[in-house]
Amino acid sequence: MSEVHYLASGDTALTVDFGNIISETINQQVMALRDEITKQNWNGIVATVPTFRSLFIQYDPCVLSHEELCRRLETLHLTLNTKHLPVHRIIEIPVCYGARFGPDLRDGEKLTGLSADEIIALHSGHNYRIYMLGFLPGFPYLGGLDERICMPRLATPRTRIPAGSVGIGGSQTGIYPVDSPGGWRLIGATPLTLYDPSREHPIPYKSGDYIRFVPVDISDYYDIRREAERGAYSFRFLDASAVSEGGDTL
Amino acid sequence: MSMKIRFPGALTTIQDAGRFGFQHMGVSPSGAMDILSMEQANALAGNPQGEEVLEFTLAGPMLTFTRDTIVGLSGADMDMKLNGTPVSPGTSFPVHAGDELISGFARRGCRAYLSVQGGFDVPVIMGSRSTNLKCGLGGFHGRALQAGDELPFRKEADISSFTPRALPVSMPEGELVIHVIPGPQDDYFTGKGNQTFYKETYKITENSDRMGYRLAGPLVESQAGVDIISDGIVFGSVQITPDGMPIIMMADHQTTGGYAKIATVISSDLPLLGQLKPGDSLRFEKISMEKAQESYRNMIKQIREMF
Repeated sequence: MSEVHYLASGDTALTVDFGNIISETINQQVMALRDEITKQNWNGIVATVPTFRSLFIQYDPCVLSHEELCRRLETLHLTLNTKHLPVHRIIEIPVCYGARFGPDLRDGEKLTGLSADEIIALHSGHNYRIYMLGFLPGFPYLGGLDERICMPRLATPRTRIPAGSVGIGGSQTGIYPVDSPGGWRLIGATPLTLYDPSREHPIPYKSGDYIRFVPVDISDYYDIRREAERGAYSFRFLDASAVSEGGDTL
Repeated sequence: MSMKIRFPGALTTIQDAGRFGFQHMGVSPSGAMDILSMEQANALAGNPQGEEVLEFTLAGPMLTFTRDTIVGLSGADMDMKLNGTPVSPGTSFPVHAGDELISGFARRGCRAYLSVQGGFDVPVIMGSRSTNLKCGLGGFHGRALQAGDELPFRKEADISSFTPRALPVSMPEGELVIHVIPGPQDDYFTGKGNQTFYKETYKITENSDRMGYRLAGPLVESQAGVDIISDGIVFGSVQITPDGMPIIMMADHQTTGGYAKIATVISSDLPLLGQLKPGDSLRFEKISMEKAQESYRNMIKQIREMF
């Protein structure tokens, strides 16, 4: 493991910094530490927020002091070296590309010089690592967009992007789990309800998981959507062995 | 069993101690901007610690009670009158069906807290009743109160058993000294930048809300820009924007951010900070981790002793 820095974020939080770069290896180390802290179940841990390259830990100083937390983390870090790499979990996200759901797919053809079908094949033929969630509830920062389908953001952002929209912004791709303003080019939409605060897991995926977009046609879109709205849809996860085929590299 | 909102004031929301443990999904904790005053209001109304209350901002609402209840008031002095008789922050009093509470502009402080005995009948979402305005989540239909809203109570209060209680309220006066712990990215700034940050006075601008306070003052010089790869943020994180100005992240802060954070406000100074309004001035002062955590523990003890 790389050298880590324990940076105070005030008197109730600690940032465990693994280095100021975006890399899959570093992000895996972040998730490994998160998983280990979850497993340890220490009293006084209020929240953990994994990001690209650091783990933010909020804690209760009535239970744990800054010193004590750092001491425990150092001990934990030494043992993490030889331990597990997190298990890969891939969630399938059905997407209806183009038409009314992807109003920018046509522009995408001009911008990339590829046909819509080629863009769809490149976009859906890949497992995207969720490096972190942030910005909006459940908004995933994904790594690994094929550079052939990178597209500049819109010059004028839309004031409202409907929940479920799938877009490309520069070299990033992502899904809007809730309605939001935004400047990404929309190429499709998922019929799934990704964010539902009344569910046990308001967001079905977590940082460190992978997302795979699965193209569906418009009638499947509406079938799945009805199922999702009834609460009858079960999220589909692929097992770990499938990851290696999809190319989980950046 | 409710209150009717005649006029909502500048920004009136339901808040409790916050929605923690969902930041990893991108859901910010929200919660009262001044937790001390929020808990005082609860204690005064005879509620348990952590119950949800109304948070008024700058100018409070006009409301009519449709049922008897016991009210606790704390925080900013908004010149409030119950049926024309002044009522002060730091007190509790019974109200009867038909009573009218009118509040004016904040004279001292920025946020007032009103609790009713038994709390408000709004759903618990992800462990909290706090309103998260950005996500449209929690509180009263995920939004600020509007004229015409009828806000139900959870419990019928017995006002015959009312015994008045008072608690001392302290609001900021003059230039406030805010204690901070340096970092996590104080090394992004030059010696001169750090010096400026701790020496100069900063003013809270109009562009400040529950998400963050944008400050104006002398530029904080960075080594080579303030962009970082986004990492976690806490209530009190002080980011420096590319133009060199500090932003203090407040209760509705984003969960992650991409600007370097020069320092973090200590928890026991957040209640007073939450009472500052645009135009108020502050200065930052370093404090050690040991002192900050001791001060935090004292604040928690002080809150527990109110109940």
